[in-house]
Amino acid sequence: MSETQFYSLRVNGKQREVTDAWLGESLLYVLRERLGLPGSKGACEQGECGSCTVIIDGAAVCSCLVLAASAVDTDITTIEGYSDGALTDVQQAFIDEGAVQCGFCTPGLIVAVHHLLEHTPRPSEMKVKEALSGNICRCTGYGRIFAAVTRVIEQRDHQ
Amino acid sequence: MNLSAVRTRRDTLGTSALRPDGGPKVQGSFAFSSDVWADNMLWGATLRSPHPYARIVSIDISEAIKIAGVETVVIAEDVPGQLTYGLIDSDQPVFASEVVRYMGEPVAAVAADHPETCRRALAAIRVEYEVYEPHINPEDSISGAVPAIHPNGNLLRYQRIVCGDQNATGPIVVEGEYEIGMQDQAFLGLEAALAIPDRDGAGLEMIVATQWLHEDRKQIALCLGLPEDKIRLTLGGVGGAFGAREDISLQVHASLLALRTGRPIKMQYSREESFFGHVHRHPAKIWVRHHASADGMIIKIEARMVFDGGAYASTSAAVLINGVTHIQGPYRCANAIVDGFAARTNNPPCGAMRGFGVVQACFAHESQMDKLALACGLSPVEIRLRNAIRTGDRLITGQPVESVAPVERCIRETDAIPLPPDMTPSPHELSLPGGSGRTADRRHIVRGVGWGVSIKNLMYSETFDDFATARCRLQDGVVTLKFATSEVGQGFVTLAPQIARSVLGVDTVIVEPMDTTIGSAGSTSASRQTWMSGGAVDGACRLVRERLFEHVAKEHNIDPLRLEIDDTDIIDTFGTLRIAVANASAGMVFEETFEHHHRPTEDLDENGQGNCHVAFAFVAHRAVVDVDTELGLVKVVQIATAQDVGRALNPLSVLGQIEGGIAQGLGLAVMEEVLMVNGIVKNPSFTDYLLPTALDAPEVVAVLIEEPDPQAPLGAKGVGEPPCISVTPAIAAAIRAATGRAITRVPVRPSDICL
Repeated sequence: MSETQFYSLRVNGKQREVTDAWLGESLLYVLRERLGLPGSKGACEQGECGSCTVIIDGAAVCSCLVLAASAVDTDITTIEGYSDGALTDVQQAFIDEGAVQCGFCTPGLIVAVHHLLEHTPRPSEMKVKEALSGNICRCTGYGRIFAAVTRVIEQRDHQ
Repeated sequence: MNLSAVRTRRDTLGTSALRPDGGPKVQGSFAFSSDVWADNMLWGATLRSPHPYARIVSIDISEAIKIAGVETVVIAEDVPGQLTYGLIDSDQPVFASEVVRYMGEPVAAVAADHPETCRRALAAIRVEYEVYEPHINPEDSISGAVPAIHPNGNLLRYQRIVCGDQNATGPIVVEGEYEIGMQDQAFLGLEAALAIPDRDGAGLEMIVATQWLHEDRKQIALCLGLPEDKIRLTLGGVGGAFGAREDISLQVHASLLALRTGRPIKMQYSREESFFGHVHRHPAKIWVRHHASADGMIIKIEARMVFDGGAYASTSAAVLINGVTHIQGPYRCANAIVDGFAARTNNPPCGAMRGFGVVQACFAHESQMDKLALACGLSPVEIRLRNAIRTGDRLITGQPVESVAPVERCIRETDAIPLPPDMTPSPHELSLPGGSGRTADRRHIVRGVGWGVSIKNLMYSETFDDFATARCRLQDGVVTLKFATSEVGQGFVTLAPQIARSVLGVDTVIVEPMDTTIGSAGSTSASRQTWMSGGAVDGACRLVRERLFEHVAKEHNIDPLRLEIDDTDIIDTFGTLRIAVANASAGMVFEETFEHHHRPTEDLDENGQGNCHVAFAFVAHRAVVDVDTELGLVKVVQIATAQDVGRALNPLSVLGQIEGGIAQGLGLAVMEEVLMVNGIVKNPSFTDYLLPTALDAPEVVAVLIEEPDPQAPLGAKGVGEPPCISVTPAIAAAIRAATGRAITRVPVRPSDICL
């Protein structure tokens, strides 16, 4: 295509070159299809489901709604940036509490939960529900997800 | 439910073993079918009809093919094999050629170097349509008021049930007409596949998210005109299914593009396309009349059920059978006359969704039970207890319920669950109806309680020879399992190793990739895989154990019948022999394949008589809702449930199915509907099709009723569908109780409550 561009993105602490990319590509597309980071998932293209949640300059955003080329000079953290081998406490709690079924919403939720607990270490039950209400899960009915978040809060309290 | 209590060291049956794919899934490294790619890959995309009913006058692809980066454009005439496909009837064209029968019907497909190139190519294909007035009313299809919109006619199936005395009646007669809207499965992981052509162009490999690899392969082969063994399917990671992946979606299109271009093709639907690319839950209208004695005993049921099948057959015929055979609910009834119709219209095709025809029937029979209770002066609990089916009772089809049928216990145990505390004078605003909309006013909120109880058939019905295949290999104390069972999130990859550990006393179990190099496992649907593939894995492991015991017995010169597994050892029940399975199998390979078939079933005759179902599961739900009666908004506060699970092989997985199913039933009760105006779908997006969020999730209090079913290979009944069935009428009943409104339709809209 003619409307292509070179730019670079700072993803998970590394500067990544994007070459010959169509300017209309979303950040989600570029992460998944050009930078080899398929952990962020696409499920609605409208910022409704949260499957593509990433952190940009400290804010949790839907990467499907961000033009990749507009994200230059930002710090982007994807699900791949949370664990280099070892699982985080949030990830382990999701497994232990049965919060994962098909797992498609899971990466977005892991990012969202980390973001929530970073800013609000002891959220109320309602705060958790509100914070996660932008992440649709079709399998679990959310019960085990709440249980996983509760487990992490309790564990961190005891540390 | 205390889940930690059942965790043990060895993750055998009955423990809450954790998912083996949990690690990759929480890290984002699990490969869903949308995550796979190949060198030199092209993207595929589908052109779909914007009209629900039109004649195709011409298709001009000349401009599209000229676009730089476009490799090929295919239409109906490029289909080398059978031009149509379908699960039961092959009545759906791979591409429409003469006429389009629903909005979103595929007309052409392109392959290009980038999704954006594909989009531009689709926009450049010129299709001239002669637009017809769509036939959207199933009653017109049944009556013959409109001409056939398909060569196979407008009636997809009619089935009558006539049972007992047609003149029977009683002092109490209640009737009602009920309507169920079209629900979407809305799995998160959109349809996706990678098709890789063989070098010789005579076959292909496909990585795909599906519920049934072998059925997909069969249909792809027919449409491509290739022998089945030229097509190899591997399960890509599946992001949920709920029935929507039972039919073919992009499989044939992607295969065709791959063979035409000689290059790998990746196809992936957008959310909008997904709404058009798979079947939905049938919208239905159901009229029911109950005749009962003064003390509330059901004497006769009359019903007329109309399911809108949409433009193509899909599984409508089977959905209809589930509807008519479950209209009595989990209640004894000696006399019945039921007419069921599945009609073809120009609405989107409908087929499998979790609950499969029983969801619709249940909303009708449970609404009726409350009417009956009212007419007899009984409580919703009492009317259900008095009529509850027991093992050995005959259904209106004449089929005896041979399954364990703890209906009464489901109701009583649900009733024993404490109700939630009353709403406080100043509740958190997010906990009110309307949630984050923050619109509700405490003064207008009324609480209501409602009930729903259901019966659900398990496995396929009506003489279908349903089976599942599994292979077990034991080598040096390590078991490797192979099966083609689609893991769609339900957790069969967790359960299968639990079975092997229990049967063979091993700890390490490897599950090989699911693909078509082994026999079929059947579909991950109809709550059947724990029973069917679980039975196959159990059978294969038992065969291996037999061989292992024979080997050990020979070595030690004893009778193999004296041997059994104790933890990770083989022991001689008569003597002192104790040898670790790992040692006993050192240097040996034992491999066995087992096919599990369930008992045969019968067709229904013209009066709807016959043992058409394999087995049944039961569940009770009690819903507590808060309703803002002025705004018509509903907050589901609590769902109490007791479910007949046979045996909980993995209590944590069972709870996950229960909570997840309840959320989907809640969606149908108050939120989810594919809206159509004259055949045009108005809300094919997650912005406009509302799904339950974390704020909509009720408290779920679940009790598992464990009465192992002797028919089930592991004693366990399927647990996937029951949770989503009677929760919907329970919520509707609770809204009725809170508002005094009739509530004859789901999803319940604000206007049904306050206008």
